[in-house]
Amino acid sequence: MSTSTIDRLEGSRRAARREASARAVSRAEGWRRRGPLLPALIFTVIVTQLPFLVTIWYSLRSQNLLRPGEDLFVGLSNYVDIAVDSTFRQTAWNSVVITLGCVLVAMVLGIVLALLLDRPFFGRGVARTMLITPFLVMPVATSVLWSVAMLNPTYGLFNWALGLFGIEAVDWTSTYPIVAILMALVWQWTPFMMLLVLAGLQAQPKDVLEAASVDGAGPWRTFQSITLPHLRRYIELGVLLGIIYVVNTFDQIYLMTAGGPGTASANLPFYIYQRAFLGFDIGQAAAMGVVVVIATIIVASAALRLIFRSFEVKE
Amino acid sequence: MSDVTRAYRRRTTGGALTTLTWLLAIGFFFPVLWMAMTAFKQENQAASDPPTWFFTPTLDQFRAVIEGGSAAYVGNSAIATGVSTVLVLLLGIPAAYALSIRPVEKVSDVLFFFISTKMLPVVAVIVPIYVVAGQLRVLDNIWTLVVLYTAMNLPIAVWMMRSFFLEVPGEVLEAASVDGAGLMRTLRSVLIPMVAPGIAATALICVIFAWNEFFFALNLTASRAATVPVLIVSTMTSEGLFLARLCAAALLASLPVILAGWIAQKQLVRGLSMGAIK
Repeated sequence: MSTSTIDRLEGSRRAARREASARAVSRAEGWRRRGPLLPALIFTVIVTQLPFLVTIWYSLRSQNLLRPGEDLFVGLSNYVDIAVDSTFRQTAWNSVVITLGCVLVAMVLGIVLALLLDRPFFGRGVARTMLITPFLVMPVATSVLWSVAMLNPTYGLFNWALGLFGIEAVDWTSTYPIVAILMALVWQWTPFMMLLVLAGLQAQPKDVLEAASVDGAGPWRTFQSITLPHLRRYIELGVLLGIIYVVNTFDQIYLMTAGGPGTASANLPFYIYQRAFLGFDIGQAAAMGVVVVIATIIVASAALRLIFRSFEVKE
Repeated sequence: MSDVTRAYRRRTTGGALTTLTWLLAIGFFFPVLWMAMTAFKQENQAASDPPTWFFTPTLDQFRAVIEGGSAAYVGNSAIATGVSTVLVLLLGIPAAYALSIRPVEKVSDVLFFFISTKMLPVVAVIVPIYVVAGQLRVLDNIWTLVVLYTAMNLPIAVWMMRSFFLEVPGEVLEAASVDGAGLMRTLRSVLIPMVAPGIAATALICVIFAWNEFFFALNLTASRAATVPVLIVSTMTSEGLFLARLCAAALLASLPVILAGWIAQKQLVRGLSMGAIK
Protein backbone atom coordinates (compact mmCIF):
# COMPACT_ATOMS: atom_id res chain seq x y z
CA MET A 1 0.00 0.00 0.00
CA SER A 2 1.57 3.23 -1.11
CA THR A 3 1.18 5.69 1.69
CA SER A 4 3.11 8.67 0.41
CA THR A 5 2.58 10.37 -2.92
CA ILE A 6 -0.53 10.56 -4.96
CA ASP A 7 -0.27 7.50 -7.09
CA ARG A 8 1.06 8.43 -10.51
CA LEU A 9 -1.28 6.19 -12.42
CA GLU A 10 -4.27 7.54 -10.61
CA GLY A 11 -2.94 11.04 -11.18
CA SER A 12 -2.70 10.70 -14.93
CA ARG A 13 -6.12 9.10 -15.12
CA ARG A 14 -7.49 12.00 -13.15
CA ALA A 15 -5.70 14.47 -15.39
CA ALA A 16 -7.22 12.85 -18.44
CA ARG A 17 -10.64 12.99 -16.86
CA ARG A 18 -10.14 16.62 -15.96
CA GLU A 19 -9.02 17.50 -19.46
CA ALA A 20 -12.04 15.81 -20.97
CA SER A 21 -14.34 17.60 -18.58
CA ALA A 22 -12.60 20.95 -19.06
CA ARG A 23 -13.51 20.92 -22.75
CA ALA A 24 -17.16 20.49 -21.86
CA VAL A 25 -17.18 23.36 -19.40
CA SER A 26 -19.62 25.96 -20.62
CA ARG A 27 -20.18 29.35 -19.05
CA ALA A 28 -23.10 28.19 -16.95
CA GLU A 29 -21.23 25.07 -15.95
CA GLY A 30 -18.26 27.24 -15.04
CA TRP A 31 -20.35 29.21 -12.58
CA ARG A 32 -21.95 26.08 -11.23
CA ARG A 33 -18.48 24.79 -10.51
CA ARG A 34 -17.34 28.03 -8.94
CA GLY A 35 -20.42 28.18 -6.72
CA PRO A 36 -19.22 25.88 -3.94
CA LEU A 37 -15.83 27.61 -3.87
CA LEU A 38 -17.03 31.19 -3.63
CA PRO A 39 -18.18 31.39 0.02
CA ALA A 40 -14.80 30.16 1.30
CA LEU A 41 -12.89 32.32 -1.16
CA ILE A 42 -14.84 35.52 -0.43
CA PHE A 43 -14.65 34.93 3.31
CA THR A 44 -10.88 34.43 3.16
CA VAL A 45 -10.35 37.51 1.00
CA ILE A 46 -12.41 39.69 3.36
CA VAL A 47 -10.88 38.46 6.59
CA THR A 48 -7.23 38.12 5.52
CA GLN A 49 -6.64 40.42 2.54
CA LEU A 50 -8.67 43.52 3.39
CA PRO A 51 -6.90 44.03 6.74
CA PHE A 52 -3.59 43.83 4.94
CA LEU A 53 -4.64 46.57 2.51
CA VAL A 54 -5.58 48.65 5.55
CA THR A 55 -2.15 47.87 7.01
CA ILE A 56 -0.53 49.34 3.89
CA TRP A 57 -2.71 52.46 4.25
CA TYR A 58 -1.78 52.85 7.94
CA SER A 59 1.89 52.40 7.12
CA LEU A 60 1.80 55.62 5.10
CA ARG A 61 0.34 57.60 7.97
CA SER A 62 1.56 58.87 11.28
CA GLN A 63 -0.98 57.69 13.77
CA ASN A 64 -0.66 57.13 17.48
CA LEU A 65 -3.63 55.81 19.42
CA LEU A 66 -2.60 57.93 22.39
CA ARG A 67 -2.84 61.12 20.29
CA PRO A 68 -6.03 60.68 18.27
CA GLY A 69 -5.86 64.19 16.79
CA GLU A 70 -2.68 63.58 14.83
CA ASP A 71 -3.38 61.45 11.81
CA LEU A 72 -1.28 62.68 8.93
CA PHE A 73 -0.20 61.30 5.60
CA VAL A 74 3.56 60.95 5.90
CA GLY A 75 4.43 59.01 2.75
CA LEU A 76 7.30 56.62 3.18
CA SER A 77 8.77 58.17 6.31
CA ASN A 78 7.70 55.21 8.46
CA TYR A 79 9.74 52.99 6.13
CA VAL A 80 12.72 55.32 6.36
CA ASP A 81 12.48 55.09 10.15
CA ILE A 82 12.54 51.31 9.93
CA ALA A 83 15.57 51.35 7.65
CA VAL A 84 17.57 53.21 10.30
CA ASP A 85 16.04 51.38 13.28
CA SER A 86 18.78 49.14 14.66
CA THR A 87 16.28 47.36 16.94
CA PHE A 88 14.28 46.33 13.89
CA ARG A 89 17.42 44.85 12.31
CA GLN A 90 18.29 43.07 15.54
CA THR A 91 14.83 41.57 15.96
CA ALA A 92 14.81 40.55 12.29
CA TRP A 93 18.09 38.74 12.88
CA ASN A 94 16.66 37.13 16.04
CA SER A 95 13.71 35.92 13.95
CA VAL A 96 16.10 34.22 11.54
CA VAL A 97 18.18 32.68 14.35
CA ILE A 98 15.16 31.43 16.28
CA THR A 99 13.35 30.06 13.22
CA LEU A 100 16.29 28.35 11.54
CA GLY A 101 17.80 27.20 14.84
CA CYS A 102 14.56 25.61 15.95
CA VAL A 103 13.69 24.03 12.61
CA LEU A 104 17.14 22.60 11.94
CA VAL A 105 17.79 21.20 15.42
CA ALA A 106 14.24 19.82 15.63
CA MET A 107 14.68 18.20 12.22
CA VAL A 108 17.98 16.49 13.15
CA LEU A 109 16.48 15.22 16.41
CA GLY A 110 13.30 14.28 14.60
CA ILE A 111 15.22 12.17 12.07
CA VAL A 112 17.13 10.38 14.85
CA LEU A 113 13.93 9.66 16.79
CA ALA A 114 12.06 8.54 13.67
CA LEU A 115 14.86 6.10 12.78
CA LEU A 116 14.81 4.73 16.32
CA LEU A 117 11.04 4.36 16.24
CA ASP A 118 11.06 2.66 12.84
CA ARG A 119 12.44 -0.56 14.38
CA PRO A 120 10.16 -3.10 15.97
CA PHE A 121 10.55 -3.26 19.76
CA PHE A 122 8.39 -3.90 22.77
CA GLY A 123 6.18 -0.95 23.69
CA ARG A 124 6.83 1.02 20.50
CA GLY A 125 3.34 2.55 20.50
CA VAL A 126 3.79 3.82 24.04
CA ALA A 127 7.20 5.34 23.25
CA ARG A 128 5.74 7.04 20.17
CA THR A 129 2.83 8.41 22.18
CA MET A 130 5.23 9.80 24.80
CA LEU A 131 7.36 11.39 22.10
CA ILE A 132 4.51 13.22 20.35
CA THR A 133 3.11 14.66 23.59
CA PRO A 134 5.29 17.83 23.70
CA PHE A 135 3.71 18.92 20.43
CA LEU A 136 0.21 18.58 21.88
CA VAL A 137 0.78 20.70 24.99
CA MET A 138 -0.74 24.17 24.66
CA PRO A 139 2.12 26.55 23.71
CA VAL A 140 1.17 28.88 26.55
CA ALA A 141 1.48 25.95 28.98
CA THR A 142 4.80 24.99 27.36
CA SER A 143 6.13 28.47 28.00
CA VAL A 144 5.05 28.36 31.65
CA LEU A 145 6.51 24.90 32.04
CA TRP A 146 9.90 25.84 30.62
CA SER A 147 10.31 29.33 32.01
CA VAL A 148 9.22 28.44 35.55
CA ALA A 149 9.31 24.72 36.29
CA MET A 150 12.34 23.85 34.16
CA LEU A 151 14.58 26.90 33.89
CA ASN A 152 13.93 28.87 37.09
CA PRO A 153 17.35 29.65 38.62
CA THR A 154 16.47 28.53 42.18
CA TYR A 155 14.05 25.63 41.89
CA GLY A 156 14.05 24.80 38.15
CA LEU A 157 14.53 21.14 37.40
CA PHE A 158 17.02 21.74 34.59
CA ASN A 159 19.42 23.64 36.83
CA TRP A 160 19.05 20.98 39.49
CA ALA A 161 20.00 18.31 36.90
CA LEU A 162 23.01 20.38 35.81
CA GLY A 163 23.93 20.69 39.49
CA LEU A 164 24.27 16.91 39.68
CA PHE A 165 27.17 17.28 37.24
CA GLY A 166 28.65 20.10 39.29
CA ILE A 167 27.50 22.89 36.96
CA GLU A 168 26.47 26.14 38.64
CA ALA A 169 22.84 27.21 38.34
CA VAL A 170 22.25 29.54 35.39
CA ASP A 171 19.45 32.08 35.06
CA TRP A 172 18.70 30.88 31.56
CA THR A 173 15.91 33.26 30.57
CA SER A 174 17.95 36.35 31.36
CA THR A 175 21.50 35.17 30.65
CA TYR A 176 20.87 33.12 27.51
CA PRO A 177 17.33 34.15 26.55
CA ILE A 178 17.47 32.91 22.96
CA VAL A 179 18.88 29.55 24.08
CA ALA A 180 16.06 29.25 26.62
CA ILE A 181 13.44 30.02 23.97
CA LEU A 182 15.08 27.58 21.58
CA MET A 183 14.96 24.83 24.22
CA ALA A 184 11.20 25.22 24.58
CA LEU A 185 10.66 25.53 20.82
CA VAL A 186 12.86 22.58 19.87
CA TRP A 187 11.14 20.47 22.52
CA GLN A 188 7.77 21.37 21.01
CA TRP A 189 8.67 20.98 17.32
CA THR A 190 10.85 17.84 17.38
CA PRO A 191 7.77 15.56 17.58
CA PHE A 192 6.31 17.31 14.53
CA MET A 193 9.44 16.61 12.48
CA MET A 194 9.63 13.09 13.87
CA LEU A 195 6.06 12.33 12.78
CA LEU A 196 6.65 13.53 9.22
CA VAL A 197 9.96 11.65 8.85
CA LEU A 198 8.48 8.52 10.43
CA ALA A 199 5.64 8.60 7.89
CA GLY A 200 8.31 8.83 5.19
CA LEU A 201 10.26 5.89 6.60
CA GLN A 202 7.17 3.75 6.75
CA ALA A 203 6.31 4.58 3.15
CA GLN A 204 9.62 3.14 1.94
CA PRO A 205 9.13 0.29 -0.50
CA LYS A 206 10.12 -2.81 1.47
CA ASP A 207 11.27 -4.78 -1.59
CA VAL A 208 13.96 -2.19 -2.38
CA LEU A 209 15.30 -2.46 1.16
CA GLU A 210 15.32 -6.23 0.94
CA ALA A 211 17.10 -6.14 -2.40
CA ALA A 212 19.75 -3.86 -0.88
CA SER A 213 20.32 -6.23 2.01
CA VAL A 214 20.50 -9.23 -0.38
CA ASP A 215 23.11 -7.31 -2.38
CA GLY A 216 25.12 -7.06 0.81
CA ALA A 217 24.62 -3.35 1.59
CA GLY A 218 25.19 -2.55 5.26
CA PRO A 219 22.74 -0.47 7.27
CA TRP A 220 24.75 2.76 6.84
CA ARG A 221 25.08 2.25 3.07
CA THR A 222 21.36 1.49 2.78
CA PHE A 223 20.54 4.60 4.78
CA GLN A 224 22.76 6.84 2.67
CA SER A 225 21.81 5.66 -0.78
CA ILE A 226 18.19 4.57 -0.37
CA THR A 227 16.55 5.92 2.76
CA LEU A 228 17.95 9.47 2.71
CA PRO A 229 17.02 10.23 -0.92
CA HIS A 230 13.56 8.79 -0.27
CA LEU A 231 13.19 10.95 2.84
CA ARG A 232 14.21 14.13 1.05
CA ARG A 233 10.68 15.13 0.16
CA TYR A 234 9.49 14.60 3.72
CA ILE A 235 12.39 16.54 5.18
CA GLU A 236 11.80 19.43 2.79
CA LEU A 237 8.13 19.50 3.65
CA GLY A 238 8.88 19.40 7.39
CA VAL A 239 11.42 22.22 7.15
CA LEU A 240 9.04 24.34 5.07
CA LEU A 241 5.99 23.86 7.28
CA GLY A 242 8.18 24.30 10.36
CA ILE A 243 9.43 27.64 9.07
CA ILE A 244 5.89 28.84 8.31
CA TYR A 245 4.76 28.10 11.86
CA VAL A 246 7.91 28.92 13.85
CA VAL A 247 8.57 32.29 12.20
CA ASN A 248 5.32 33.50 13.78
CA THR A 249 6.38 32.40 17.29
CA PHE A 250 4.91 34.76 19.84
CA ASP A 251 3.65 32.86 22.90
CA GLN A 252 7.02 31.57 24.11
CA ILE A 253 8.75 34.91 23.71
CA TYR A 254 5.93 36.86 25.34
CA LEU A 255 5.84 34.52 28.34
CA MET A 256 9.41 33.33 28.79
CA THR A 257 11.48 36.48 28.27
CA ALA A 258 9.09 39.23 27.16
CA GLY A 259 11.64 39.82 24.43
CA GLY A 260 14.25 40.74 27.01
CA PRO A 261 16.56 41.59 28.47
CA GLY A 262 15.87 44.80 26.55
CA THR A 263 15.11 43.50 23.09
CA ALA A 264 17.81 40.80 23.15
CA SER A 265 15.38 37.95 22.48
CA ALA A 266 12.54 39.74 20.68
CA ASN A 267 11.63 38.48 17.24
CA LEU A 268 9.72 40.51 14.66
CA PRO A 269 6.21 39.46 15.72
CA PHE A 270 7.00 40.40 19.31
CA TYR A 271 8.62 43.71 18.37
CA ILE A 272 5.68 44.71 16.17
CA TYR A 273 3.32 43.74 18.98
CA GLN A 274 5.29 45.97 21.35
CA ARG A 275 5.18 48.92 18.99
CA ALA A 276 1.47 48.53 18.35
CA PHE A 277 0.06 47.57 21.73
CA LEU A 278 2.54 49.01 24.20
CA GLY A 279 3.77 51.99 22.16
CA PHE A 280 0.44 52.52 20.31
CA ASP A 281 2.49 53.55 17.32
CA ILE A 282 0.16 52.34 14.58
CA GLY A 283 2.04 53.79 11.62
CA GLN A 284 5.38 52.27 12.58
CA ALA A 285 3.91 48.91 13.48
CA ALA A 286 1.98 48.77 10.21
CA ALA A 287 5.07 49.63 8.17
CA MET A 288 7.02 46.85 9.91
CA GLY A 289 4.17 44.49 9.15
CA VAL A 290 4.39 45.38 5.45
CA VAL A 291 8.15 44.83 5.43
CA VAL A 292 7.71 41.44 7.10
CA VAL A 293 5.09 40.44 4.55
CA ILE A 294 7.34 41.42 1.64
CA ALA A 295 10.17 39.37 3.14
CA THR A 296 7.78 36.48 3.70
CA ILE A 297 6.55 36.62 0.11
CA ILE A 298 10.12 36.32 -1.16
CA VAL A 299 10.88 33.31 1.05
CA ALA A 300 7.44 31.79 0.63
CA SER A 301 7.32 31.86 -3.15
CA ALA A 302 10.44 29.71 -3.22
CA ALA A 303 8.95 27.50 -0.53
CA LEU A 304 5.60 27.22 -2.28
CA ARG A 305 7.22 25.93 -5.45
CA LEU A 306 8.61 23.18 -3.27
CA ILE A 307 5.33 22.39 -1.58
CA PHE A 308 3.57 22.22 -4.93
CA ARG A 309 6.17 19.77 -6.18
CA SER A 310 5.55 17.68 -3.08
CA PHE A 311 1.83 17.69 -3.56
CA GLU A 312 2.20 17.16 -7.32
CA VAL A 313 -0.41 19.78 -8.03
CA LYS A 314 -0.55 19.81 -11.81
CA GLU A 315 -2.91 21.15 -14.35
CA MET B 1 32.93 -13.90 12.16
CA SER B 2 30.63 -16.82 12.89
CA ASP B 3 26.88 -16.58 12.58
CA VAL B 4 26.53 -16.97 16.33
CA THR B 5 28.68 -13.94 17.16
CA ARG B 6 26.99 -11.92 14.44
CA ALA B 7 23.55 -12.73 15.81
CA TYR B 8 24.79 -11.94 19.31
CA ARG B 9 26.16 -8.60 18.17
CA ARG B 10 22.96 -7.75 16.38
CA ARG B 11 20.99 -8.53 19.51
CA THR B 12 23.15 -6.34 21.73
CA THR B 13 23.02 -3.38 19.29
CA GLY B 14 19.28 -3.91 19.07
CA GLY B 15 19.03 -3.86 22.85
CA ALA B 16 21.18 -0.75 23.09
CA LEU B 17 19.06 1.05 20.48
CA THR B 18 15.85 0.11 22.28
CA THR B 19 17.28 1.38 25.56
CA LEU B 20 18.34 4.62 23.85
CA THR B 21 14.87 5.03 22.35
CA TRP B 22 13.24 4.62 25.74
CA LEU B 23 15.65 7.05 27.39
CA LEU B 24 14.87 9.67 24.75
CA ALA B 25 11.13 9.02 24.97
CA ILE B 26 11.22 9.43 28.74
CA GLY B 27 13.42 12.52 28.39
CA PHE B 28 10.99 14.19 25.99
CA PHE B 29 7.96 13.20 28.02
CA PHE B 30 9.48 14.14 31.36
CA PRO B 31 8.64 17.88 31.38
CA VAL B 32 4.97 16.98 30.85
CA LEU B 33 5.15 14.42 33.65
CA TRP B 34 6.82 17.00 35.88
CA MET B 35 4.06 19.49 35.14
CA ALA B 36 1.48 16.84 36.07
CA MET B 37 3.38 15.92 39.26
CA THR B 38 3.71 19.56 40.29
CA ALA B 39 -0.03 20.04 39.82
CA PHE B 40 -0.62 17.47 42.57
CA LYS B 41 1.77 19.14 45.05
CA GLN B 42 1.39 21.75 47.76
CA GLU B 43 2.96 25.10 46.85
CA ASN B 44 5.97 24.71 49.17
CA GLN B 45 6.77 21.33 47.59
CA ALA B 46 6.38 22.73 44.07
CA ALA B 47 9.05 25.41 44.43
CA SER B 48 11.55 23.55 46.58
CA ASP B 49 15.29 23.28 46.09
CA PRO B 50 16.21 20.41 45.72
CA PRO B 51 13.06 19.28 43.88
CA THR B 52 10.50 17.23 45.79
CA TRP B 53 10.19 13.77 44.24
CA PHE B 54 7.99 12.02 46.79
CA PHE B 55 4.90 13.63 48.24
CA THR B 56 1.30 12.95 49.14
CA PRO B 57 -0.75 14.01 46.11
CA THR B 58 -3.40 16.63 46.71
CA LEU B 59 -6.27 17.89 44.57
CA ASP B 60 -6.18 21.33 46.23
CA GLN B 61 -4.68 23.04 43.19
CA PHE B 62 -7.23 21.62 40.77
CA ARG B 63 -9.99 22.64 43.15
CA ALA B 64 -8.56 26.16 43.35
CA VAL B 65 -8.37 26.41 39.54
CA ILE B 66 -11.89 25.12 38.96
CA GLU B 67 -13.47 27.15 41.75
CA GLY B 68 -11.45 30.24 40.84
CA GLY B 69 -13.85 31.22 38.05
CA SER B 70 -12.36 29.31 35.15
CA ALA B 71 -15.76 28.22 33.79
CA ALA B 72 -16.27 31.42 31.79
CA TYR B 73 -12.89 31.02 30.10
CA VAL B 74 -13.55 27.38 29.26
CA GLY B 75 -16.96 28.35 27.88
CA ASN B 76 -15.39 31.01 25.64
CA SER B 77 -12.73 28.60 24.42
CA ALA B 78 -15.39 25.98 23.71
CA ILE B 79 -17.45 28.45 21.64
CA ALA B 80 -14.46 29.83 19.74
CA THR B 81 -13.12 26.34 19.02
CA GLY B 82 -16.42 24.55 18.34
CA VAL B 83 -18.17 27.16 16.22
CA SER B 84 -15.08 28.04 14.19
CA THR B 85 -14.45 24.36 13.44
CA VAL B 86 -18.03 23.85 12.24
CA LEU B 87 -17.79 26.99 10.07
CA VAL B 88 -14.47 25.83 8.64
CA LEU B 89 -16.03 22.52 7.61
CA LEU B 90 -19.14 24.19 6.16
CA LEU B 91 -17.05 26.54 4.04
CA GLY B 92 -14.11 24.24 3.41
CA ILE B 93 -15.80 21.05 2.24
CA PRO B 94 -17.66 22.64 -0.72
CA ALA B 95 -14.53 24.62 -1.61
CA ALA B 96 -12.40 21.46 -1.58
CA TYR B 97 -15.02 19.78 -3.77
CA ALA B 98 -14.74 22.61 -6.28
CA LEU B 99 -10.96 22.17 -6.29
CA SER B 100 -10.92 18.43 -6.78
CA ILE B 101 -13.95 16.56 -8.01
CA ARG B 102 -15.60 19.06 -10.31
CA PRO B 103 -12.72 21.49 -10.55
CA VAL B 104 -12.96 25.16 -11.43
CA GLU B 105 -10.39 26.65 -13.79
CA LYS B 106 -7.03 27.64 -12.28
CA VAL B 107 -7.15 25.16 -9.40
CA SER B 108 -3.50 25.65 -8.53
CA ASP B 109 -3.87 29.45 -8.39
CA VAL B 110 -6.71 29.12 -5.91
CA LEU B 111 -4.77 26.59 -3.82
CA PHE B 112 -1.78 28.92 -3.95
CA PHE B 113 -3.93 31.78 -2.70
CA PHE B 114 -5.29 29.77 0.23
CA ILE B 115 -1.90 28.55 1.38
CA SER B 116 -0.33 31.98 0.95
CA THR B 117 -2.76 33.39 3.53
CA LYS B 118 -1.21 30.96 6.03
CA MET B 119 2.16 32.53 5.32
CA LEU B 120 0.91 36.04 5.96
CA PRO B 121 2.29 36.86 9.41
CA VAL B 122 -0.58 37.57 11.81
CA VAL B 123 1.27 40.54 13.24
CA ALA B 124 0.91 42.25 9.87
CA VAL B 125 -2.87 42.33 10.17
CA ILE B 126 -3.40 42.63 13.90
CA VAL B 127 -3.27 46.44 13.89
CA PRO B 128 -6.14 47.04 11.42
CA ILE B 129 -8.13 44.17 12.92
CA TYR B 130 -7.78 45.78 16.34
CA VAL B 131 -8.72 49.24 15.10
CA VAL B 132 -11.64 48.06 12.95
CA ALA B 133 -12.95 45.78 15.71
CA GLY B 134 -12.82 48.78 18.03
CA GLN B 135 -14.84 50.88 15.61
CA LEU B 136 -17.39 48.11 15.12
CA ARG B 137 -17.54 47.66 18.91
CA VAL B 138 -16.68 43.96 18.72
CA LEU B 139 -13.56 44.04 20.86
CA ASP B 140 -13.76 41.58 23.75
CA ASN B 141 -16.44 39.70 21.82
CA ILE B 142 -16.13 35.95 21.39
CA TRP B 143 -17.63 36.07 17.86
CA THR B 144 -14.68 38.13 16.70
CA LEU B 145 -12.43 35.23 17.66
CA VAL B 146 -14.81 32.79 15.95
CA VAL B 147 -14.44 34.69 12.65
CA LEU B 148 -10.67 34.97 12.95
CA TYR B 149 -10.17 31.32 13.90
CA THR B 150 -12.33 30.29 10.96
CA ALA B 151 -10.11 32.30 8.61
CA MET B 152 -6.99 30.91 10.31
CA ASN B 153 -7.98 27.27 9.80
CA LEU B 154 -9.89 27.44 6.52
CA PRO B 155 -6.83 27.16 4.22
CA ILE B 156 -5.61 24.06 6.08
CA ALA B 157 -9.05 22.50 5.83
CA VAL B 158 -9.36 23.22 2.10
CA TRP B 159 -6.00 21.59 1.41
CA MET B 160 -6.69 18.60 3.62
CA MET B 161 -10.21 17.96 2.38
CA ARG B 162 -9.01 18.27 -1.21
CA SER B 163 -6.46 15.53 -0.63
CA PHE B 164 -9.20 13.30 0.77
CA PHE B 165 -11.57 14.01 -2.12
CA LEU B 166 -8.84 13.15 -4.63
CA GLU B 167 -8.75 9.64 -3.19
CA VAL B 168 -12.41 8.98 -3.96
CA PRO B 169 -12.46 6.60 -6.94
CA GLY B 170 -13.81 8.18 -10.11
CA GLU B 171 -16.21 5.27 -10.75
CA VAL B 172 -18.19 6.11 -7.61
CA LEU B 173 -18.78 9.66 -8.80
CA GLU B 174 -19.63 8.57 -12.32
CA ALA B 175 -22.19 6.16 -10.92
CA ALA B 176 -23.71 8.96 -8.87
CA SER B 177 -23.93 11.29 -11.86
CA VAL B 178 -25.43 8.56 -14.05
CA ASP B 179 -28.07 8.15 -11.37
CA GLY B 180 -28.79 11.86 -11.84
CA ALA B 181 -27.76 12.90 -8.35
CA GLY B 182 -27.22 16.65 -8.02
CA LEU B 183 -24.38 18.36 -6.17
CA MET B 184 -26.00 18.40 -2.76
CA ARG B 185 -27.15 14.80 -3.01
CA THR B 186 -23.78 13.57 -4.28
CA LEU B 187 -22.07 15.40 -1.44
CA ARG B 188 -24.49 14.21 1.23
CA SER B 189 -25.10 10.62 0.29
CA VAL B 190 -21.91 9.60 -1.54
CA LEU B 191 -18.94 11.83 -0.82
CA ILE B 192 -19.33 12.86 2.80
CA PRO B 193 -19.72 9.28 4.10
CA MET B 194 -16.66 8.20 2.08
CA VAL B 195 -14.42 10.95 3.41
CA ALA B 196 -15.79 10.92 6.97
CA PRO B 197 -12.41 9.91 8.47
CA GLY B 198 -10.86 12.80 6.56
CA ILE B 199 -13.42 15.21 7.96
CA ALA B 200 -12.61 13.95 11.45
CA ALA B 201 -8.89 14.49 10.86
CA THR B 202 -9.53 17.99 9.53
CA ALA B 203 -11.74 18.85 12.49
CA LEU B 204 -9.08 17.57 14.90
CA ILE B 205 -6.42 19.85 13.43
CA CYS B 206 -8.78 22.84 13.50
CA VAL B 207 -9.66 22.13 17.13
CA ILE B 208 -6.00 21.91 18.15
CA PHE B 209 -5.05 25.21 16.53
CA ALA B 210 -8.14 27.09 17.73
CA TRP B 211 -7.99 25.77 21.30
CA ASN B 212 -4.31 26.70 21.64
CA GLU B 213 -4.49 30.11 19.92
CA PHE B 214 -3.16 32.93 22.08
CA PHE B 215 -2.12 35.96 20.02
CA PHE B 216 -5.58 37.09 18.87
CA ALA B 217 -7.11 36.17 22.22
CA LEU B 218 -4.52 38.27 24.05
CA ASN B 219 -4.97 41.35 21.89
CA LEU B 220 -8.67 41.32 21.13
CA THR B 221 -10.24 40.17 24.40
CA ALA B 222 -10.28 41.60 27.90
CA SER B 223 -12.64 40.22 30.51
CA ARG B 224 -15.80 38.95 28.82
CA ALA B 225 -14.41 36.98 25.87
CA ALA B 226 -11.08 35.80 27.29
CA THR B 227 -10.16 32.19 26.51
CA VAL B 228 -8.23 29.50 28.41
CA PRO B 229 -4.70 30.53 27.28
CA VAL B 230 -5.44 34.04 28.53
CA LEU B 231 -6.53 32.57 31.87
CA ILE B 232 -3.20 30.78 32.23
CA VAL B 233 -1.26 33.91 31.48
CA SER B 234 -3.25 35.98 33.95
CA THR B 235 -2.72 33.25 36.57
CA MET B 236 0.97 33.43 35.84
CA THR B 237 1.34 37.18 36.08
CA SER B 238 -0.93 37.78 39.03
CA GLU B 239 0.10 34.74 41.02
CA GLY B 240 3.58 34.09 39.69
CA LEU B 241 4.72 32.30 42.82
CA PHE B 242 1.89 29.77 42.89
CA LEU B 243 3.68 27.26 40.71
CA ALA B 244 1.57 24.24 41.65
CA ARG B 245 -1.67 26.01 40.83
CA LEU B 246 -0.17 27.29 37.59
CA CYS B 247 0.78 23.73 36.63
CA ALA B 248 -2.71 22.49 37.49
CA ALA B 249 -4.24 25.15 35.23
CA ALA B 250 -1.75 24.43 32.43
CA LEU B 251 -2.39 20.70 32.69
CA LEU B 252 -6.17 21.08 32.61
CA ALA B 253 -5.90 23.47 29.66
CA SER B 254 -3.68 21.12 27.67
CA LEU B 255 -5.51 17.91 28.50
CA PRO B 256 -8.27 18.04 25.84
CA VAL B 257 -5.79 18.43 22.99
CA ILE B 258 -3.32 15.91 24.45
CA LEU B 259 -6.03 13.27 24.71
CA ALA B 260 -7.43 14.02 21.25
CA GLY B 261 -3.94 13.84 19.76
CA TRP B 262 -3.14 10.55 21.50
CA ILE B 263 -6.32 8.97 20.19
CA ALA B 264 -5.94 10.29 16.64
CA GLN B 265 -2.18 9.91 16.08
CA LYS B 266 -2.57 8.70 12.51
CA GLN B 267 -4.81 11.58 11.44
CA LEU B 268 -2.42 13.98 13.13
CA VAL B 269 0.37 13.30 10.62
CA ARG B 270 -1.90 13.85 7.67
CA GLY B 271 -3.38 16.98 9.16
CA LEU B 272 -0.04 18.52 10.08
CA SER B 273 1.23 18.04 6.54
CA MET B 274 -2.06 19.50 5.22
CA GLY B 275 -2.87 16.23 3.52
CA ALA B 276 0.46 15.79 1.75
CA ILE B 277 1.47 12.74 3.77
CA LYS B 278 -0.95 9.90 4.15
